[in-house]
Amino acid sequence: MNEWVPRVLGLGAVGAPLLLLSAFGLSAFFTRKLGEKAMARWTAGCVSFGLLSVLGMLAMMLGTGQREVEVEVGDWVSLPAEGFHFRVKFLFDRLSVPFAALTFLLVGVTGAFANRYLHREPGYRRFFLYYAVFLLGMVVAALAGTIETLFIGWELVGLASALLVAFFHERPAPVVNAQRIWTVYRISDAAFLIAALTLHHISGAGDFAALTGSGPWPNSEGSFAPGQALGVGMLLLLAAMGKSALVPFSGWLPRAMEGPTPSSAVFYGALSVHLGAYLLLRAGPILDASPILCGMVVLAGAASAAFGVMAGRVQTDVKTALAYASLTQVGVIPAEIGLGFRYLPLIHIIGHACQRTLQLLRSPSLLYDYRALEDALGGPIPHAPGMIERRLSPEARRRIYRVGLDRARLDAALDRYVARPFVRAFRWCDRMERRWTDFLGGRRGRPHEHEPRRRRERSAAPAAPKAEETNP
Amino acid sequence: MTPLRLPWLELAILTPAVGSLWVRFRREPAEARRHALAFCALTLLLTIGGWADFIALGAGQADDARGPLSAIAGRPLFRIDDLNAPLLPMGALIYILTILATLRAKIREFSLSRALITESILLATFASATPRGAVAMMILSIVPRWHELWRNGQSSRVYLAHMGLFAALLILGESGVSRAASPGEQPLWAILTLTLAMLLRSGVIPLHCWMTDLFEHASFGTALLFVAPMTGAFGVARLVAPVAPEWALKIISVMSLATAIYAAGMALVQRDARRFFCYIFLSHSSLVLVGIETATPIGLTGSLSLWLSVSLALTGFGLVLRCIEARVGRVPLSEYLGLYEQVPMLAGLFLLTGLASAGFPGTAGFISIEMIVEAAMEAVPVVGPLIVIVTALNGLAVTSAYFRIFAGRPRPSSIDLQVRRPERIAVMITTILIIGGGLFPQWGVENRYRAALGILGSRSGGDAAQGVRPARMHAPGSEAR
Repeated sequence: MNEWVPRVLGLGAVGAPLLLLSAFGLSAFFTRKLGEKAMARWTAGCVSFGLLSVLGMLAMMLGTGQREVEVEVGDWVSLPAEGFHFRVKFLFDRLSVPFAALTFLLVGVTGAFANRYLHREPGYRRFFLYYAVFLLGMVVAALAGTIETLFIGWELVGLASALLVAFFHERPAPVVNAQRIWTVYRISDAAFLIAALTLHHISGAGDFAALTGSGPWPNSEGSFAPGQALGVGMLLLLAAMGKSALVPFSGWLPRAMEGPTPSSAVFYGALSVHLGAYLLLRAGPILDASPILCGMVVLAGAASAAFGVMAGRVQTDVKTALAYASLTQVGVIPAEIGLGFRYLPLIHIIGHACQRTLQLLRSPSLLYDYRALEDALGGPIPHAPGMIERRLSPEARRRIYRVGLDRARLDAALDRYVARPFVRAFRWCDRMERRWTDFLGGRRGRPHEHEPRRRRERSAAPAAPKAEETNP
Repeated sequence: MTPLRLPWLELAILTPAVGSLWVRFRREPAEARRHALAFCALTLLLTIGGWADFIALGAGQADDARGPLSAIAGRPLFRIDDLNAPLLPMGALIYILTILATLRAKIREFSLSRALITESILLATFASATPRGAVAMMILSIVPRWHELWRNGQSSRVYLAHMGLFAALLILGESGVSRAASPGEQPLWAILTLTLAMLLRSGVIPLHCWMTDLFEHASFGTALLFVAPMTGAFGVARLVAPVAPEWALKIISVMSLATAIYAAGMALVQRDARRFFCYIFLSHSSLVLVGIETATPIGLTGSLSLWLSVSLALTGFGLVLRCIEARVGRVPLSEYLGLYEQVPMLAGLFLLTGLASAGFPGTAGFISIEMIVEAAMEAVPVVGPLIVIVTALNGLAVTSAYFRIFAGRPRPSSIDLQVRRPERIAVMITTILIIGGGLFPQWGVENRYRAALGILGSRSGGDAAQGVRPARMHAPGSEAR
């Protein structure tokens, strides 16, 4: 087959979301605003073209028996004399092709749904701009052939997700939640980048072939010493834990449900929440090199799944309950990866993403569905106690209930032991700095917002009688 | 040395100086602003012309021997090389963008005449043919800012205390270094004082308080124009790097990294937008210094590229904050201001410029940060992760400020808050440059690579005729006298 066929198909898969983002971005900044119909057409056209390109690539790979196709775009930056190259390359294999096809499919469905759901909403254009950023990020991350390219996609997904959670930014709650999600994502991004640089440092190249071993996925074999694999793998695991909301970062997943339902469905229920698992699948050879690392992955996954079950059962709104149900499955998937499975987690991801998208898109009409069900049954839906419910004492059940209701106080613990000391330390530094500059500048006694309240009141107090004295 | 075909540099330096005098006598603020913009645009064209001429000549350096000032002095006063060639248009661009985004209501506080004279001084600093010329211009640049503080009745003690120390150290260090009997024999105390002077000018902790004070008490435009071109980094690259031994570079590197981390943390807890901007700027400008001190081609290239991208991105970022200030007064970050609905374009640019400065993919800073981190990992492995943490914290601080300013319930306003046409033009230019530089970075990186090789060449060899001093390349133990 001609060489240009895979190249055209590969570039088509990545180019379609890039075109969509360019169109929406340019219209937002430079030209006349696009109308709803035009945006819907652009979305449908680009997503369809991208999906067809991926399916075309899949057909070509099946037809020719190729298990791996590399599409080289070229060097983004290169300094040959220093051996520095920032290569942009896309990889189509048994892992990336299903994930990319799933991305186009679910994003397309959600786009069609959102077109009606957000009809005449003031934030319609903003939603579709972030949607385009998200789509590009997901496709780039899924098809990345180098770790740097994967990082680009990873970052775009994070930004789009945080902005979409804060979509209804008139209320403080979505904004606070978006900031928290962005914080977790930044930690995850930093861990990923450090892992990537360490890998680069060890292997001297950024291609997956050099990083995660030779041979097509999932039979690639790495050449890492167990110690190296453990160090890099722990960073990758941290990145995956942040992105997939595994314990102790699980608090952000229900918070993400503050966004519009279509974005909750496709991002946190289906796609971006699986990106951590995707990274672990891609880094399979590193996991294979360290049994301790595999054990840690299983532990993190199992703990998240157990927490998801516990917290999900006591939630009182459907989107939060679905978020925890999602977490349960997203926890099971890394456990499968840690146990050495490769195809099983991939199938699990695809199945879970499709089902969760459907459930979340149906969630606004859940009450209607329940009523229809109850009408059909002729009474309330019967509740049969489960096995655990029957065997546990009422006291134990109450305790588990409280843990679930408090969401295991994971967010509170992170706030107390990580965020608060950090903020306190820097606020103290800020106070000291202001005192120093006030002293130098001869501006004594100026209270400011980081002073403790009592001190502020004390420094403000002498001013009042003086004012009275001068204004009899 | 090869002369330029036209005296681009002298014309570029004289144009804003003449413009300053001209604008000073315009009574109508709108007319003064129009004329100031015309002078700035002409200056920008002249600096671009100089750069293009330099590229066309294909020489390592070129001087302005045909200019009137050089004719009076009897020797070329200004030169252009790979390091300063893009810095000159960048400086001119920062000025034109700032004046473009200055609304009529702000002209009374922000003196156009003073801005133009500082532009002239800045360009002269960048283009000086000798270290002494650069030192003189750096000291001269202190005066207009002090004058503004004094005219506005603000206390200038913090600024004067720090800048006075800077000037003293600079003069002392430069005189010591230039009196060395032969290249490579500069006294230790002179190198140390020169290094300290540049650290002070760059705002490295604990000598950074003048910067927060300036942002709090001078007009935003003045403070922005003083710090955005990163004259301190220029001083390090031009005056310190060629003579500094390894240990001095290590000191700068460690202090810059500490500043980057500290300032990133401080930016997160600020409740005033000006102080927030100051810390974000400090954090990023310190990363530029960290890259310079790696003294490797990749690290230096990354650093010089980051210099341009951070200057541009943070100028855009600062201008957005200034535009918001022009509408709602001093911007508190302790509450949600809900400005998105009124100024969505500014919201977009705020996020874009803020994230670009933190090296977000697709923007001009991304590749630069990657290069610095990679070089740092090679030099000292622990530095790479710390730089990554700094960029993560800066990204957090930017989004936090974004939400504080633009999220929240929209408040009714009696005046139209929409972006004006000049502001829109400034926004578009900044956006195009940030995204264009991010999507097509090769040309810029190659250009900065040549400048990096020039700096490294001056460290290893040196060329007295070119005004570059060679470094002492001895082992640290042999430096003591």
